[in-house]
Amino acid sequence: MLTQVQAPTNLATPLLEARGLVKQFGDLRANDNVNIAIYPGEVHAILGENGAGKSTLMKMLYGFYQPTAGQIFLNGQPMIINSPQDGRRLGIGMVFQNFTLIPALTVIENVALFLPDLRAVFSQKEIEQRIKEASAKYDLRVDPRATVGELSMGEQQKVEILKIILAGAKVLIFDEPTSVLAPHEVGGLFQVFNKLRADGYAILFITHKMPEVMAVADRITVLRRGRVVETMPVAGATETELVTMLLGSAPPEAARITQFKDTTGQTPLLIFDRITVPDEQTKIGLKEVSFQVFPGEIVGVAGVSGNGQQTLIEAALGLRPHTAGTIHLMGENVANWPVEKKLQAGLGCIPEDPLLMGAIPGMRVYENMILGEQHQYADQGGLSMNWKRVRDKATQFLNSTFISSAPRLEVMVETLSGGNLQRVIIAREVGRQPKLLIAYYVARGLDISNAEAARRLLLKHREQGMGILLISEDLDELFALSDRLLVMHHGHIVGTFRPQETTAHDVGILMTGGTITHA
Amino acid sequence: MLNGNSLAQIGKQQFSGLLRYMAMLALALLVFALVLLIFGKNPAQAYADIFSSTIGSAYGLSEVLVKVIPLVLCALAVLLPARIGLVNVGGEGQLYMGALLATWGALAVGDSLPAVIGIPLMIILGFVGGGLWAAIPAFLRAKGWLNETISTLLLNYVAVLWVNFFVFGPFKDPESANFPQSVLFADSVRLPFIGSSRVHFGLVLGLIALVVLYFVLKKTRWGYEMRAIGGNPEAARRHGLPITRYILVTMFIAGGLAGLAGMGEVMAIQGRLRPGFSPGYGYMGFLISWLALHNPLGVVVMSFLIAIIALGGDTLQITQGMPFSSVNVLMSLILFIVLGKFFNNMSFGWPKWEAK
Repeated sequence: MLTQVQAPTNLATPLLEARGLVKQFGDLRANDNVNIAIYPGEVHAILGENGAGKSTLMKMLYGFYQPTAGQIFLNGQPMIINSPQDGRRLGIGMVFQNFTLIPALTVIENVALFLPDLRAVFSQKEIEQRIKEASAKYDLRVDPRATVGELSMGEQQKVEILKIILAGAKVLIFDEPTSVLAPHEVGGLFQVFNKLRADGYAILFITHKMPEVMAVADRITVLRRGRVVETMPVAGATETELVTMLLGSAPPEAARITQFKDTTGQTPLLIFDRITVPDEQTKIGLKEVSFQVFPGEIVGVAGVSGNGQQTLIEAALGLRPHTAGTIHLMGENVANWPVEKKLQAGLGCIPEDPLLMGAIPGMRVYENMILGEQHQYADQGGLSMNWKRVRDKATQFLNSTFISSAPRLEVMVETLSGGNLQRVIIAREVGRQPKLLIAYYVARGLDISNAEAARRLLLKHREQGMGILLISEDLDELFALSDRLLVMHHGHIVGTFRPQETTAHDVGILMTGGTITHA
Repeated sequence: MLNGNSLAQIGKQQFSGLLRYMAMLALALLVFALVLLIFGKNPAQAYADIFSSTIGSAYGLSEVLVKVIPLVLCALAVLLPARIGLVNVGGEGQLYMGALLATWGALAVGDSLPAVIGIPLMIILGFVGGGLWAAIPAFLRAKGWLNETISTLLLNYVAVLWVNFFVFGPFKDPESANFPQSVLFADSVRLPFIGSSRVHFGLVLGLIALVVLYFVLKKTRWGYEMRAIGGNPEAARRHGLPITRYILVTMFIAGGLAGLAGMGEVMAIQGRLRPGFSPGYGYMGFLISWLALHNPLGVVVMSFLIAIIALGGDTLQITQGMPFSSVNVLMSLILFIVLGKFFNNMSFGWPKWEAK
């Protein structure tokens, strides 16, 4: 009698269903009459541009927000989910972009803290056993005794998943789960999705990366301006169809360079001449790196993350000393220049991690807009801040750099979504119109239209004479935007090309340490 | 159950702010009342005594002010470095070193200077003494060699020993038999009192410091840069903000403020240097700044509260026969209850700090 047979009704009854959900914030209707159903054993992708209402919907489904109207059903029963704790008790677990683990504790302790049936005195052994079983079953391999703070982002994500599974979640909600992963880790996550799906879990995941949807999702729901545009199976749909539905119009044509720059006779804005930077920890650093960036050209840097790109930026800014070689900026040897002086000379930087390196989270958008240029907004001998001028400038930066509606000036930066934060950083760094811009991961967190807008912005400024060092892992982006392309591997520059002289395939081989045998 | 969450949220908003904070204080007082009961004392009487001996009378109030002066200065010495993310636990040592350098100056000049020069000189020496003492951990921190939290704390003990060395040695009054103290300072270097009370010129210094700091933090580029460094040092570094300079300067000024507190104690209240002249003002200042969430206005309110409690300790000693240290129990109760709550809701009652 205990044989586990899936009752036929279960196939028809969604694990989690929302009918007519509305969420109103003041004047803004973030969700409008949203209907969605998630069945056991499916991976359901929620697609939508920044601000389409994806996060609001998720937050209602696991109890963080209460819907203004509408009803949520769990296994066909109407439910009111008053809080995330409630949601957890009912079997709805959420994996956030920013993890909620305690870094100082071990994996076992983090998982234990979350268990609903945790006794006051508990056996670490028993929990370790449970972790190991789940790890093996779903391909979530981590050392249960490791301290979470020492794990990579990918491993921490695994711990998050283990934590909510062991706490009894049946519906797993993922908020842009691949945004924290290195490209090679993404496949592993999808493997986990597949195993969970096979075991009857329902997976809801937010994304705006189309290839991911095609790779792993069974069905998708497209949100636009708070409404469901359509829910449909992925099988049979093409990527272009999906993008069109997502945007509400045909996808923008990818921005690309049409005419390459002739830089002969010009003075380079940036010269790296055989720069070597040691790195004790990773042993990668930079090794005899030489290149030049001329005005009005985009130099692309291709490479797998962690092959010296970060070091390259830090060396250019002067945050890390080099042991050999010289760096010239705007024609001058900048060996002993402090960062401030380099920025004043016309260097700008979009860092790889906007929250950690580019912004002050506890400040508002407009306050962040002048970081590094605060002298210009201080009256009375450079002392008294003129916040009105700051606001005006911030508005101008935001309006002149992006097409869609900008984040509001008064918002605390720490509350911005990844996409909006990136837009603030881009608006600031490009708006200042530096002579030389170093941009890492320019499209990080941006949805399709904004990513395209950001690329067009770079091209526009290139036309106007800005020199841009564009570091990226997205080869399509690099091939479309670069006048010249450098390939980095293990701290070396292993190739320099005109994009039309090479192929993505060859660059990919060089990036991963191979050599091109033909040619 | 159905609307439990929204009701709770409304309740939270209603109960927030000052009211919530007062309730926490009341809770601390209630628990302390239990402690008094256990010792067989009458809590109502004890609180009445504390009230009448502090804010209940003109004299009491003036004595509260006497304590508020060093407390505000020492709290500001914590507040300022906290703005850039530094933890200055060294207020006590900086206070002692301010007093020591001022004493050196006072003994050196004797009564050779008129008060218009003598007093400002004492103020400068007090400031520089505390400032230089704080500059030691600041330098070590700026170099990335040593965390300032531990070094400022440990230097407190060193400062006290230096003062002892001088009081028992070179600065000792030869006529005081074996009593370790300096000679009485000349009137021309002593800070004037206000009226017939023991409230001294340090109050003016404290007020000036408060107003200047408030203005600097709120209105100026320096305030903005400090918030940026405190908010995210990595982003600040990448945008060329002079972090090293800020560490050195804020710590120097912070130490200077604590030094002023020490100078005020010896140049006004004591009239001479004695060992152990501070009942832990530096540490209380640390407590105050953290309780006030490093808000300058909050510092004023909390300084009064702590001054009343400290003074109440004397009262309890006299009227209830309780040891002075019994008020430490009350202070720690407040710390427990307030800090326990404030991590849930970062702004309890104080208007949220922001530069505009």
